[in-house]
Amino acid sequence: MACSSGGSCQSGCYKDYEEEEEDRHSQKKEAANGVSTCGNDVNNRDLCVKCKSNETIAAANPGAAAVASGGDGGRFCADCFRSNLFGKFRFAITSNAMISSSDNVLVAFSGGTSSRVALQFVHEMQCKAQKNFDASRDRSLPVFGVGVAFVDESAIYPVTPVPSRQFDEAIEDMKLIVSNLSPPRKKFHVAPIANIYSLDSGDGNDRLKELVNAIALQNGYTKLVLGSCTSRIACHVLAAAVKGQGYSLAADIQYVDARWEIPVVLPLRDCLKQELDMLCCLDSLKVVKVLENPRSGINGLVSSFVKLLQEENPSRECTIVRTAGKLTPFHFNRIPDNDDGAHLASQRRQKKFNLKSNESLPPESFCPICNSPLSKSDFLSWNDVENGQLSAETFEAKCCLSCQFQILPKEPSSMEDFYSFLPQLIISRTKDGNHCNQRWLREQIQDCLLSDSEDGT
Amino acid sequence: MEEAQGVKPKKKAFCSICNQRKPALKRPKTLDQICRECFYAVFEDEIHRVIVDNQLFKPGERVAIGASGGKDSTVLAYVLSELNRRHNYGLDLFLLSVDEGITGYRDDSLETVKRNEIQYGLPLKVVSYKDLYGWTMDEIVKLIGLKNNCTFCGVFRRQALDRGAALLKVDKLATGHNADDIAETVLLNILRGDIARLSRCTSITTGEDGPIPRCKPFKYTYEKEIVMYAYFKRLDYFSTECIYSPNAYRGFAREFIKDLERMRPRAILDIIRSGENFRISTSTKMPEQGTCERCGYISSQKWCKACVLLEGLNRGLPKLGINRSRGLNSDHTKDVKRSNGTKNIESKQCGTLDF
Repeated sequence: MACSSGGSCQSGCYKDYEEEEEDRHSQKKEAANGVSTCGNDVNNRDLCVKCKSNETIAAANPGAAAVASGGDGGRFCADCFRSNLFGKFRFAITSNAMISSSDNVLVAFSGGTSSRVALQFVHEMQCKAQKNFDASRDRSLPVFGVGVAFVDESAIYPVTPVPSRQFDEAIEDMKLIVSNLSPPRKKFHVAPIANIYSLDSGDGNDRLKELVNAIALQNGYTKLVLGSCTSRIACHVLAAAVKGQGYSLAADIQYVDARWEIPVVLPLRDCLKQELDMLCCLDSLKVVKVLENPRSGINGLVSSFVKLLQEENPSRECTIVRTAGKLTPFHFNRIPDNDDGAHLASQRRQKKFNLKSNESLPPESFCPICNSPLSKSDFLSWNDVENGQLSAETFEAKCCLSCQFQILPKEPSSMEDFYSFLPQLIISRTKDGNHCNQRWLREQIQDCLLSDSEDGT
Repeated sequence: MEEAQGVKPKKKAFCSICNQRKPALKRPKTLDQICRECFYAVFEDEIHRVIVDNQLFKPGERVAIGASGGKDSTVLAYVLSELNRRHNYGLDLFLLSVDEGITGYRDDSLETVKRNEIQYGLPLKVVSYKDLYGWTMDEIVKLIGLKNNCTFCGVFRRQALDRGAALLKVDKLATGHNADDIAETVLLNILRGDIARLSRCTSITTGEDGPIPRCKPFKYTYEKEIVMYAYFKRLDYFSTECIYSPNAYRGFAREFIKDLERMRPRAILDIIRSGENFRISTSTKMPEQGTCERCGYISSQKWCKACVLLEGLNRGLPKLGINRSRGLNSDHTKDVKRSNGTKNIESKQCGTLDF
């Protein structure tokens, strides 16, 4: 089976991998003495394919290379690998205008390798900006601020509770990690998931995004960075397909998601989990593992399926994400225009997908629970709710089919109970949706209306 | 929330539809406990709704049913002739079968189709790879091994069905592809990066602008329910897997879907719904449709895939048309000159086709 990534995928396809395995084994003797070979080039294969001067990771640091079962460890030296990875991160940021100098960026940190690398890279970028700022004469370009947020989800996983002492230690570890990433200093926010109710913020299938967005909003941040990598997105693509969320899928997997009050950006979207794991190993970036929650149910099935596929062909995750990347994004999948610095590169990318908002189409409607854009098949009895009271029944009709099945209870009496427990913002979001449509309709016919009020008096 | 987490629900006293008879089964699609009669009714009625809502047939049409002797095509033939009678579709139904030349598999299943011909009273036509292409699948596998044989068989079968349909002079071809098949195909296309196919694979009717339009009346019917129907109705079908198929990549998707169905039965329909709702730009580069220079069949390249593969077989180049190479379609002119007149198989054109 030929690798279909066309050579653009970073991890080698299985054919390359097999060849490299043999190389690695045959070169073990040479690698063992750890001396870099520059004289007689019998051991050419131990050299980085990029710079051709340093030893590959597999030769110099077999422990780290073992973390990534792909071919990268056998191809690159540590420096080239690191700069390659950082290059992908930086390219994502610049070509999508993710971070500008006036931004205050909140990094969501779960303790795992992906968000650890995101944090590290954002920090390095900030340091560089700080250096430039200090060195420049006119101090024209300020340095963006960075904060870190952690969401304590232990309340929703009662089955495998983390002993509280271990948990507190983990939090302390995280605080230490964050404080070591100074200067510039970064604030560390910890929020238990129950806070969703005390904040005027919504909830959703992706509660995490929602709550971190709330923290960001409350503390004056302007951008939210998630460490979602290719591997995680590949799982999300399949999980969404399996749950009937094919329409809204395109919204969740782009570099930018500006549906939320604070735009969410995914700068590690092109990086594989293996690469991020290997970097953490190489650079000894501390991760906090005790807080990882096992995935169960559909999500668990999907991630073990993807793992199986990835073992069979190491470029599978890339292919999945690339396929999903060909789906048409939504107009909110770009940084809104009012932000300063619309880079040329990002404009080019927007043109490719014709992301300019189309004035003649009505604005997207969103599911009040998971905030995903609704497709035609999700609309059931919209018009009934325009003027009427909001109730549990009408609320249910407004949700996407997937949430109706997964989240809402079937029995009407349970549905009433459920509705009474919903945070305020979800309800008001439903109302807003109505008003949004009404407003848009009104704008279309404004020039023919003789009266200013709704009922024509 | 409806997840079936392995806990057995309480057995109901009465069928949840008619409330009169004792339930005999749990419906795979919905897990409702219903009696046999209601199962037949709801199964047949859902298919009737799909046919009507999607306007699959018109009165007076001649329709060929792709019949392999397996459960899907047998049940399709049975249900279609039943619904044709009951709801007066006004269709002229035929059975069309393809003989790939797989001993121990196809020859046995063909016997089943011949029995179906008698049991359902539908005229049967069989087209064979040997007659059309000069090769049986047994011979092909002997040459190329077990890795890409499904590609050969699939490409050849598609054309074979069109040829047979033309011989029968039918207006439409109905195949037994069920919901599980389509869900697998959606997943496969995501995994393999085929965005063009992804946009087409959930269509219930395909090839309207080609030689013979095809439709899939079982698009929303679960494979498990088809098996159940055939089992209870004691329909005669051949139930062995193709002996050459174990290595197909589709197997991954199939295993996954089986596990998924156990956890959440509606997931199969959800995958199909996702596939229908994917936002795929219509300006995505779609292949331009032309005709094959060698045989006149519809093709997006100079030679249709079947001709490319055949050329490979006849020249002992099993990878021709499989791997990405400079390949036949770019520089075939000098090759054709060389190979003309050498083998009688090659000079055997695929017959005049009134497509």
